Parts: sequence; structure tokens; C-alpha cells
Amino acid sequence: MTDQGKSIVANNNLWVGTLVRSREASLVLLILALTATTNILNPRFLSPQSLKDLMLNVSIIALLVLGQTVIILMRQIDLSISSIVGITAFLSGTLFVNHPGIPNLVVVLIAVGAGLALGAVNAALIAWGKIPALITTLGTLYIFRGADYAWVHGRQVNAVNVPGSFLAVGTSTCLGIPLLTWIVLILLALFSIGLRQYRTGREFYAIGSNPGAAVLAGINVNRRVATGFLISGVIAGLAGALWLARFGTVDATAGEGIELSVITSTVVGGVAITGGVGTVVGAVLGALLLSVFSSTLVFLRVPSFWQQAFQGAMLLLAIAMDAYLAHRHALRSRVKWSHV
Amino acid sequence: MTTPAIELVDIHKSFGSTRVLEGVSLSLFPGEVHSLMGENGAGKSTLVKIMAGLHLPDKGSFRVNGREVLFRSTSQAQQVGVSVIYQEPALFRDLSIAENVFMHRQPKTAYGWIDYAEMNRSVAKHLNQLGVSLRPEDPVLGLSIADQQIVEIIKALTFEAKVLIMDEPTAALSLEEVKRLFQVVERLRSQGVALLFVSHRLEEVFAISQRITVMRDGRVVGSGAATEWTTEEVIRKMVGRSLDALYPKGSAEIGKVVLRVRELRRAGVFKDISFEVRQGEIVALAGLVGAGRTEVARAIFGIDPLDSGEVRIGEMVLANHTPEMAMKAGIGLVPEDRQQQGLVMEMTTMRNATLTVLRRVQRFGLVSRRKEWEIASRWTKRMQLKGHIEEPVNVLSGGNQQKVVLAKWLATRPKLLIVDEPTRGVDVGAKSEVHRTLSQLAKEGMAVMMISSDLPEVIGMADRILVMHEGKLTAELARSDATEETIMFAATGQTESKAGDKANAAPGKQK
Repeated sequence: MTDQGKSIVANNNLWVGTLVRSREASLVLLILALTATTNILNPRFLSPQSLKDLMLNVSIIALLVLGQTVIILMRQIDLSISSIVGITAFLSGTLFVNHPGIPNLVVVLIAVGAGLALGAVNAALIAWGKIPALITTLGTLYIFRGADYAWVHGRQVNAVNVPGSFLAVGTSTCLGIPLLTWIVLILLALFSIGLRQYRTGREFYAIGSNPGAAVLAGINVNRRVATGFLISGVIAGLAGALWLARFGTVDATAGEGIELSVITSTVVGGVAITGGVGTVVGAVLGALLLSVFSSTLVFLRVPSFWQQAFQGAMLLLAIAMDAYLAHRHALRSRVKWSHV
Repeated sequence: MTTPAIELVDIHKSFGSTRVLEGVSLSLFPGEVHSLMGENGAGKSTLVKIMAGLHLPDKGSFRVNGREVLFRSTSQAQQVGVSVIYQEPALFRDLSIAENVFMHRQPKTAYGWIDYAEMNRSVAKHLNQLGVSLRPEDPVLGLSIADQQIVEIIKALTFEAKVLIMDEPTAALSLEEVKRLFQVVERLRSQGVALLFVSHRLEEVFAISQRITVMRDGRVVGSGAATEWTTEEVIRKMVGRSLDALYPKGSAEIGKVVLRVRELRRAGVFKDISFEVRQGEIVALAGLVGAGRTEVARAIFGIDPLDSGEVRIGEMVLANHTPEMAMKAGIGLVPEDRQQQGLVMEMTTMRNATLTVLRRVQRFGLVSRRKEWEIASRWTKRMQLKGHIEEPVNVLSGGNQQKVVLAKWLATRPKLLIVDEPTRGVDVGAKSEVHRTLSQLAKEGMAVMMISSDLPEVIGMADRILVMHEGKLTAELARSDATEETIMFAATGQTESKAGDKANAAPGKQK
């Protein structure tokens, strides 16, 4: 959203201000610079195959980032998404195994429905049970995963049991872009419009920006927070079905640990962890940046254990930059105050 | 006479056993600025909150344009045209001015999308009308308090507010900003809006209002056209109550200087603060809420940094000190907000009372229960604290909690004890015990600095009274010179000479 960016530099045009005028623009620049540099060092980096891999790798994270953005905008957090992905991925697989010939769309709808139901558990505990989201979703992260393990019981769904038409979502392309990526791009457009052009979308921002003022403005904060967790659940359910399409083979560990990558991407993408600031486009660019970065490290033959360290460093860098800007801003506003 | 835009008749309101409003009647007329004055705790804020729809009155009727109404929520109040602007606006700082104005009721286009163009146009129109050079797309983040109030005013205008209530809107504004706000107020008044202006600043009240009402102890004690009032009359009505409570400051021998501060300054908060406190002396720091009294105490104790000035305890100069250093030097601070700053509510009385002296209750680096018990019981007995010292403090009454806080600081055996509003929210019995303890401590040679908004308490307890107004010391009064009028004059920033001749009060030493 552009007016967020404009905001910070209202009456100051230092270079820092210019850089953050649009978080999206700076992310795009970073991604391009990184890609160009890596390609010079290793020209295979921009081969069609590796580009396709890159897009497929980022897609599921980017999808989950959409739901997480809505949550973080409201100063909440959803850690349980990876477990919802795990359950719904295996659920989709067993549906194909147990009901050969079941239409793909029905499977996706059931996975989404399951995601909705699990999201409803979070929503109820947080919005009406008044348990902080961090605790609730940490709890459900373990509960859902535990239930997943108990149910799967060491089994595995293999690609041979999944119809080719379903797996095609994860492999075939249209105009050079994988179908999976198209799905994410369409949802990205819808989320972007929803958050910008509809009252409900703006109210998510309002709640994260100042919950007390949101109540005074007549916003039903509980209902909005609940809606956010339902959206996050639905997105995670869809991501579960697509996980199966992408990988074909699913066991009880599907998606494990992915929630941290999703939250990192969202924050690197400019969605403030304190709520009220950020866009889905920025968050998805954050996911893309981290993904390009990981590929770069692979192409430059950096040992894989460094990848996580770099990811963490980028997260801290992003947060430190936000904190620095907020601090500078606070100082400026304090000066305006002094007049006694 | 025209119909009042809003009319309150015989409003009563109690919180628990405290009666806050006892039969208040008030009428606001279109095209009139009505000022509401009164001391801290007179019930002004509660009245404002009732009009805003935040509280329901226990009794009394409420008419808007002659029609009986009952506000159960802020949005109901807004819908019939009553809007409130608080001292600290509640806005979404991450969103634009226009979005703040229209949140939850944004205009929509034919496709159901938010009509940003229309929204910005509408807000731009209001900004223009008020003569304010802000843009609707500007974010609220970084706006001054004055500009944020403008945003709130525009919000009220888009609700087509017929009644606009401003609760101390000028408290955080500079002179220039106040001027601009008054221009806006004047413009709204000429458009037929009824305004209620709550303020402590007498000169402002006389500058803009057509009608003045004074409240005291939950009642209206005077109301009339502004031309019928004089400054002295307003002040007399605000404070005029009998000194019936007993405040037993016994005589104590005044000894050496314990605390000496020189030219303390913290930008935007207070400046030119110089005074001293001696052994055996109780010095009160009086003034209205927001005058900077607590801030001075925090700076002396080392919580907030000073921009310049010197704090001296005995012969020792404290510079850039931390609270820990202040405690070592012999300062104890009993904060105003007991629950937030003074006590750990879940811990026992014993634990709380010894938190400040953990080192002394240690043995081999571990806390010794026996020593804890010894120290805690010594002080709590002396304070006649009710309840067992091994019970958590959150089961105690407000007065007893205050005693625990006092005990906690007394255990450090300070040379200087700073108490901030020691008896606010405390029942009468506990109040006199707190007073007796402070008096006893002074007698034993402790220097006491007491911040209080309770004028009878100030006059009854203090040997000397320092009065602050907007970050500056405006008067220093000896006990014999202090009356509620002289203190109130200084606290509202009136010149001392005026107080002297017109209110017939004894003049104090001019600072």
C-alpha cells in the first residue's frame, strides 16, 4: 500500500526515507540485484528449469504468507498453520487412496473445509477464550501435529495413488508459469484488493494499529480477529492439498517447521509484527526474496546449514530497520511536543 | 430562549460506594461555548463520559433537542450528534487522516469498493473550512497532538455533530496550537454547534466561553453567563469547601537540608525547578494534574533523564543517576499508581515489603525467610497493617496496599521520602493513618516531599507548599500563608498579585 510508505517520509526526505518509501520497491530491487549477481557467478541460475523450481519452491510459502499477513496485521500470530498443512495434505492423499475416482475439486474443498474447522478452533480460543494467539497457536501447533501423527500412524501416501491430473497442478505450466504459482498469484490479487478496497480489509489494519480506537470506531474486534484465523485456516487447508499436488508423497511430517519461514517472509516483506502496517504484495515479495536467497546459496555452493543462519539474519535486519525508523519517528514527534 | 442542543437533568452516578455525581444539571445551547470547571475529582470527566455514552447514569434524564435519549454506546451518542474529543486522541497512527475519519463507515463506489477519492475530497473540504494545512492522504503517524485533535474534530463534523465536547483539549498544546484550536472552535460556534469545553486554564475559559459552570464534589455549585463571572469567583467556587478533616502534622524540628535541586529542566516537561527539602520537613508539591509534578519526582529519583540541572542529596551530587543510585543515596519514592508501579500484586505482603532491601534479607546469596519476616513485620506493625503478611497483596484494600508500599520504602531507611498522591483512592481511616505515619517520620528527622492534589491534605500536612503550573514553579507558600485560594491561583497560572488584592488571600513568596 503506497500511502503507508508516503507516511513515513511526510516531511523528511533522507535516503532512508526514500528507501522505505515503498518496501515493495526496495524488495524488488534487492531480488533483482541478487538474481543478477548470482547469474553472473553461475549462468545456470536463470535457466528455465531452475526458474520453474524457484517459482514452485516459493509458491506454497507465498500462499501461507497471505493468511499470515491478515493475522499479523491485527497484531496476532498463527503458528499452527504448518500442522494444518500436515493434516490436510495427508487427508487429501487418503481421500484419493480410499475413494479412487473422486473429483479433484471435491478433495480440495474437503481439505479447505478441514482447514476452516481447525482455524475455527484457534478463532474460538483467541477471540472468545481470550487466550493470547501466541500461546493458543503454539498449543494447537502441537495438538494438530500430534493428532496428525496418531492418525497417520507411520503410513505414507505415494504419488502412484494420486491421479496425474491432480499432480499436474504441481508440475505443468501455463505461459511458462507453473499452475501452482498461478493459483497463488490470483489469490494474491484477491487478497490485495480485499485488504485495500473493502471495509473489512481496512478494519484489519485499524485493529492492529490501535485496538482501543477500533472499538471506539464501532468495529467488532472479536469477530474480525476470528475471521482472520478462519481465513488463515482456509489458506492452510488449501496449501495442504497443493502440498500433495507438488510433492506427491506425503507422510505425517508434511509441512513441519514451515510456519517459521512463513512468519519470517511476512516480516521481511514489511508487515510490522506490531500490526497495522504492511501489504500482501510486500509479504509475498519477502517470501520470494528469501527463496531466491536460498537458491543463491545453493548455486554458490554455500553449505546448507548457513541458509538458516542467513534467513535469521535477514529477519533481524528487517525488524531492526523497522524499529530504527519507528524510533526516529518517535523522536521527531517528541520534539514537536515540547513547548512548555 | 432556544431549545438546548443537549440537556442533562439531575444526573446521579456512583462507582461502588463512591458517589461521583449527585444531581448535576447542565444545558448546552447551539452556537454557545459552555465551559465546565472544577478541581481534580469534581466529577467533570465522569459527566463527559456519560455524555459520550461510555457510562450510563444511575438516575436522571437526558434530552437531545428536546427528545429523551439514553446512550448505551459511543456510536449511539455519535448518531444523535454528540461527539467527544479527548485530551489524547485515539487514532490509527498507521492509517491516513481520511481513513481515520471514515473508519468503519467509508463511502463506497457503485462496485462496493471503498471510494478513496470521495473520502479524501470530503476530508479536504473540512480541512479547508477549518483553515488547516494538512492533506487527507497524510498519515496520522507524526502528527502533533493538536493536529490529531483536528482529525477528531473532523470526524465529529462528518457525523454532523450538533454537540461537541472537548475534555481538556488544550492541556498538551502550545500557545500557537491553542490559538488555532480556538479559531476552529469559534468557527464551529458560528455554525450553530453547541460546545462544551472542559479546562483548567482560567484565561482560556474566559477568552472563549459564553457560559461557565463550576462543579465541586459531584455537584454544580455555580452556573451563569461568562460575563457574570470573575476569575476570583470561579476559583472561590471551585475550592470553597470546609476544612473538616483532621490533618495531624505535628511539630518537628527542622534540620539540615536533605534535598537541594537547582534549575532542573526536562525539555517539554518542566523547567527552572529549584527548591530544597530539610530534615523533619514535609514539603508539598501542589498543582493540577499534568502540571509536571510527578515528572519532577521521577527525574529526582533518576527514572527520567534531566536535560540540565543539579540534584543534591546532603553533600552528594547525583548526576545522570539511576533509581538504584538514588536509593543508595537515600531517596525513597512511593509512586502514585500502586498497582502498576508500586507492588507486585500476586506476591505476598512480606515479599513486597522487602523487595527494596533484598540484599539485607539474603544469607549466602539466598533469601532468608526469617529475615524477610523480621523486616516486613517491623514496618507493617508500625503501620497497623491489617491482614496477614503472608497473604498476596491483591486481597488487601487500597489503603492497606498503600501501607505496604510505604513499608517497602521505609525498610530502605531513606533520608528523603517522596510520596506521590499518598491517599488517592484510600478510605478515610487509612488516610489518617497514612498522614499520621508521614508526620511521625518527619518528626524522626526524615525529609518528606509529598505530591498531592488534595488541597486540604496539602494545607494540613505541609510545612511548605510549592505550586506548579505547566512545568514551572509558580509559588512557594509557607504553611501560615497557604489557603486553598492562593494555591489554586498559582496552580491555574494566575499572577500572585491578583490573588493578593482581589481574593483577599495572603500573598505567598513569589517565585
